Amino acid sequence: MIDYKMELNEEQLAILNGEKGEVMQQVLETIVLFGDIFGAKRLVPVTHKDTHLVTSFGLGVLKPLYACMEKLTQADIKAQGYLTVDPRPIDYENVKCNPLEKFVFNKKMYSMQTEYEAYLTKLGLKDSNAFTCTCYLDEVGNIPKEGDVLSWAESSAVVYANSVLGARCNRNSGMLDLFGAIVGYVPEFGLVTDEGRKATWKVYVKTSKKPEAQILGSAIGMKVMEDVPYVYGLDAFLGEDLNDDVKSYLKDFGAATASNGAVGLYHIDNLTPEAKKQGESLIADDAKEYIIDDAELERVYQSYPVMWKKKDAKPNLVFIGCPHLTYDQLCQWTSAIVSGLKQTGRKKVTVRTIMTASPDVVARFKRTTKYQLLTDRGVHVSSICPLMYTNNPIARGLHNIATNSNKLRTYSTSRYYKDADLLNIITGKEGK
Amino acid sequence: MKEFKGRVLAAGNWEGEAVVSHQGVNTLATFQNSALNNKPEVIVGDQNNQDIYGKNITGKALCLPITIGSTTGGLVIQTICAMGINPSAFLFSEHIDSLAASGIVLAKVWEKSDVIAIDQLGEEFLNTVKTGDRVKITEDGTVTVL
Repeated sequence: MIDYKMELNEEQLAILNGEKGEVMQQVLETIVLFGDIFGAKRLVPVTHKDTHLVTSFGLGVLKPLYACMEKLTQADIKAQGYLTVDPRPIDYENVKCNPLEKFVFNKKMYSMQTEYEAYLTKLGLKDSNAFTCTCYLDEVGNIPKEGDVLSWAESSAVVYANSVLGARCNRNSGMLDLFGAIVGYVPEFGLVTDEGRKATWKVYVKTSKKPEAQILGSAIGMKVMEDVPYVYGLDAFLGEDLNDDVKSYLKDFGAATASNGAVGLYHIDNLTPEAKKQGESLIADDAKEYIIDDAELERVYQSYPVMWKKKDAKPNLVFIGCPHLTYDQLCQWTSAIVSGLKQTGRKKVTVRTIMTASPDVVARFKRTTKYQLLTDRGVHVSSICPLMYTNNPIARGLHNIATNSNKLRTYSTSRYYKDADLLNIITGKEGK
Repeated sequence: MKEFKGRVLAAGNWEGEAVVSHQGVNTLATFQNSALNNKPEVIVGDQNNQDIYGKNITGKALCLPITIGSTTGGLVIQTICAMGINPSAFLFSEHIDSLAASGIVLAKVWEKSDVIAIDQLGEEFLNTVKTGDRVKITEDGTVTVL
């Protein structure tokens, strides 16, 4: 048996002793050693059994992943609840690819997609629509309650679950998410504890108007890194109710804090559940301060490098929806594009534009007349992962990708644009 | 020559070249291009980290505060260790973050990797060590900048 420091109960000791097989032993060893690094005193039960996994893509290179999946499924091991998973990397129906791209995706990159999805099904995949980074939306239904302990990964989903839903989850890595879901325990440390949820930064938003969610999140992420920020002043723009609009804003804000930094939890004064209940008692005594005004937001925005080969080129592909759009966001973009095109006298968008949302949100959207309005104007709606699509040498060579996602900007050569600028580009107003 | 003592997460004796990032290393952005393309070495692909962008970190001691970014991070570290293109050592000035810790544990338990990891080396360590310096690591967590 491994050397470990934490206190384990009889059930856990039995697993570590190999009484439930070698694979379960290895799974729990990983969790225990991981928890020991953070001084976890014990493992605590996962109370929201349904898990969200970050690894949705069958990248051929991830051989350790498949070796592990093979071991798990051979041992007939399953997650205790159902699994939702990040978006699929490919959608040839709605995101057309040329033969070279298809060759690279099918043969070079995602050569294990079919096999990987078969593994996920055996382990407890919810259904074929379960591929989205926004598993917590009503349409998808993987929604923890306040105080629930989770074994999730996907940085944008974890930060949302912690901050907006008040659940408790560390920034687990891929594999650890699944392992916690299998054994039903996670180590008690960090964001699972009251102490770990205290804010060590006080962030003051002092902008003249509602900040772009993705830039504000980026600024805070780059400043506080993995710490917990308590944000003042944002309630002046967002109000004090977690309505659908606000939740959409916080989804995008959080994704930027998590990808441009490593934020797993934020508190918004007068708005997020713990801040509403506990207020400033959530702030640690020695919290540092960060003031964000218009100039600071502009500084951050201007710091983003343009990674296109020709920096002054025009965009030829636009991705909107990383993280996946909510239903309301799809509707708002539809109205904005229809109205923008009317103003410019155009019938269709001027740049190939793909909007991404979860399969369940897309299904709901398709039942409305807005779907036809949007697609008639040349916009494609997909449930693909924009990152997985854009992050390959072929896409980098073929496309100058524009996006309003700071996460996509960070992990690809996509160029970031503010929402209004992106709308102007795709409706032909300016900047194309 | 200056000596630093950290906490041993994955022990080993090693001597070689340091590559230093003063900001958090975004694991996915750093490793993805090289891993995806089955490259024999990792050339850092993180556009937001000018300290190490474009540098070869395979077989080096990656000196960093923590890792940041996507929660694929641990799996990415496990994979590069399985591929044998990992930095020989991860030397963290701060307490290791959860994603890097996952990666190191996954690499140890599932890949039997010999990757070395030491954390809590302190801010002065990162202020002292420079890219290109030689560092000596001993299994008790001592890191000497030669």
